[in-house]
Amino acid sequence: MTGAVIASPYPVAPGLPFTDDSRYRRRRARSQAMAGLIAFAAFLGVSILWIILGYVTVKGAPALNLAFFTERPLPYGEVGGGIAPAITGSLMLLVVAAVLGVPIGIGAAIFLVEYGKGSIIEGVRFASDLVAGLPSIVVGVFVWAALVRNVIGNFSGLAGAVALAIIMVPIIIRTVEAVLNLVPHTLREAGLALGVPKWRVILGVVLPTARAGIVTGVVLSVARAGGETAPLLLTTLGNQFFNWDLGKPTGAIPIQLYNYAVAPYPDWHEKAWGAALVLILVVGVLSILTRVATRGSVR
Amino acid sequence: MTATHSQIEALVRPEPVRHHVPHGPELPGHWMQVINLSVWYGARQAVEGVNMTVRPKAATAIIGPSGCGKSTFIRCLNRMHEVGAGVNRVSGQVLLDGHDIYAPSVDPVKVRRHIGMVFQRPNPFPSMSVAENVVAGLRLVSNPTKSQVDETVERCLDQAALWDEVKDKLSASGASLSGGQQQRLCIARALAVSPDVLLMDEPCSALDPIATAKIEQLIIELKRDYTIVIVTHNMQQAQRVADETAFFLAAEDRIGRLVEMAPTGQLFAHPADERTAAYVAGRFG
Ligand SMILES: Nc1ncnc2c1ncn2[C@@H]1O[C@H](COP(=O)(O)OP(=O)(O)O)[C@@H](O)[C@H]1O
Ligand SMILES: [Mg+2]
Repeated sequence: MTGAVIASPYPVAPGLPFTDDSRYRRRRARSQAMAGLIAFAAFLGVSILWIILGYVTVKGAPALNLAFFTERPLPYGEVGGGIAPAITGSLMLLVVAAVLGVPIGIGAAIFLVEYGKGSIIEGVRFASDLVAGLPSIVVGVFVWAALVRNVIGNFSGLAGAVALAIIMVPIIIRTVEAVLNLVPHTLREAGLALGVPKWRVILGVVLPTARAGIVTGVVLSVARAGGETAPLLLTTLGNQFFNWDLGKPTGAIPIQLYNYAVAPYPDWHEKAWGAALVLILVVGVLSILTRVATRGSVR
Repeated sequence: MTATHSQIEALVRPEPVRHHVPHGPELPGHWMQVINLSVWYGARQAVEGVNMTVRPKAATAIIGPSGCGKSTFIRCLNRMHEVGAGVNRVSGQVLLDGHDIYAPSVDPVKVRRHIGMVFQRPNPFPSMSVAENVVAGLRLVSNPTKSQVDETVERCLDQAALWDEVKDKLSASGASLSGGQQQRLCIARALAVSPDVLLMDEPCSALDPIATAKIEQLIIELKRDYTIVIVTHNMQQAQRVADETAFFLAAEDRIGRLVEMAPTGQLFAHPADERTAAYVAGRFG
């Protein structure tokens, strides 16, 4: 039968109802123009990212060598040295900030999704949004006034970690809240129907199901806090030397970047670009790691 | 096997035995009684004045057109309605082996440990493997040993007629099973905490006919040991699996009531109420 033309038993309708007319052609042209504009906007958005990445890489790559990662900054005006104390300092600040901020953020998100009711939810969410919207320098000023001046008495890593934790908490609340809301209600019911107390269902069923999204939220907040400069200037101050004492001023990559950038020496400018490149790379590596580690679960 | 079983029971239920009647007759199995149960969603009443006795070691079916309050009713039998959305209020009594599960001193969490539930859509825990799903209830309420876990996994999967199909993929994700297998996994999970009564709310309505037949066979097996209440919109299913059938209907006022309850054969062959007769003859709903 293939290829054989079968004569239709029915007559053909007069005229073709599908032929386009000028009105249709105009609409199509307009639609294509719009699509073109939108694609251009998308292209611009992405190219800004690539331009920044490319520029920072070109300017910063020459600074990256072993000494850059292992040595401390040299005295004012000397050529050489690195950002090692800033790397270890950032690491310490972020670990402490995460220890402080992650339980608070996840706890608050659990409260909002699992226990909160009506106006309390609105209140907590409003407060969290307000903190998220605070200029980070304001967080720095606050921690400076509250901790540095009154409680601790000097610039310190601890105060810096607290400032970073304040910046992390609202980000964690928002992302973890969103991902907990994605966990189907039927899973909570299934757990409760087994005679498991609610808090145990949350720990044993809801959080593991949302694991990937929670990790993503935490990493996002760490990445954001890792690049903050203003609140650190007012709290940890910065330090050219290695320091592991939370009670003393501590270096951090963004502070070191700033110090190198504002100095009048080309060698230091190159190191500032290098520090910027390191910051970008750390954030990139972190997000790639979470993507790999959290493949295939609710994000 | 018997020894381990009772050890697990001891773990799952640390509280003292509740059914101890000093000189009374031995329990024939776990039974339930519903006395004048009414349910409200906010101001709107959904179920009114239900009286019912649930026979021990038998399957009781609840049938009726959709919206007549079957799910609402069955969720009141283990206080699951308290965790759902929609503020609701319950009046009346629900007894398990003669003890009111709504008494003020009763912990609803413990009630659910005695009266398990299987839902309409299979809902295995996606973060857990097949084996972990089975023992999830045990692990979340106690610290079972490795051998107790292994024993429970095999025994409950076997009881749920799933062991042969999944024994080689116990560590695969529960979500990787077919819909029917997932539902039997959920039944195994419910059995693992050794409930007295098993409630099922339309357990087959998301399944294909072959998976449905397997679950029905399973229910027939399980009712030798367990007291089962099953909601179904499928009258043939009620006739195949249930010893007793209760017919619910919502009148014009959209309030569900128990119209008639009788041994299944009798309810379908000689319904006492003409609304039952019309419903089982397929004249509405
Ligand atoms: N969470 C809820 N909030 C308010 N009304 C509800 C809720 N759940 C069910 N209802 C109402 O209660 C009645 C009975 O519902 P349901 O028990 O689900 O019926 P069935 O399971 O027999 O189909 C329906 O009229 C439904 O609209
Ligand atoms: Mg229903």
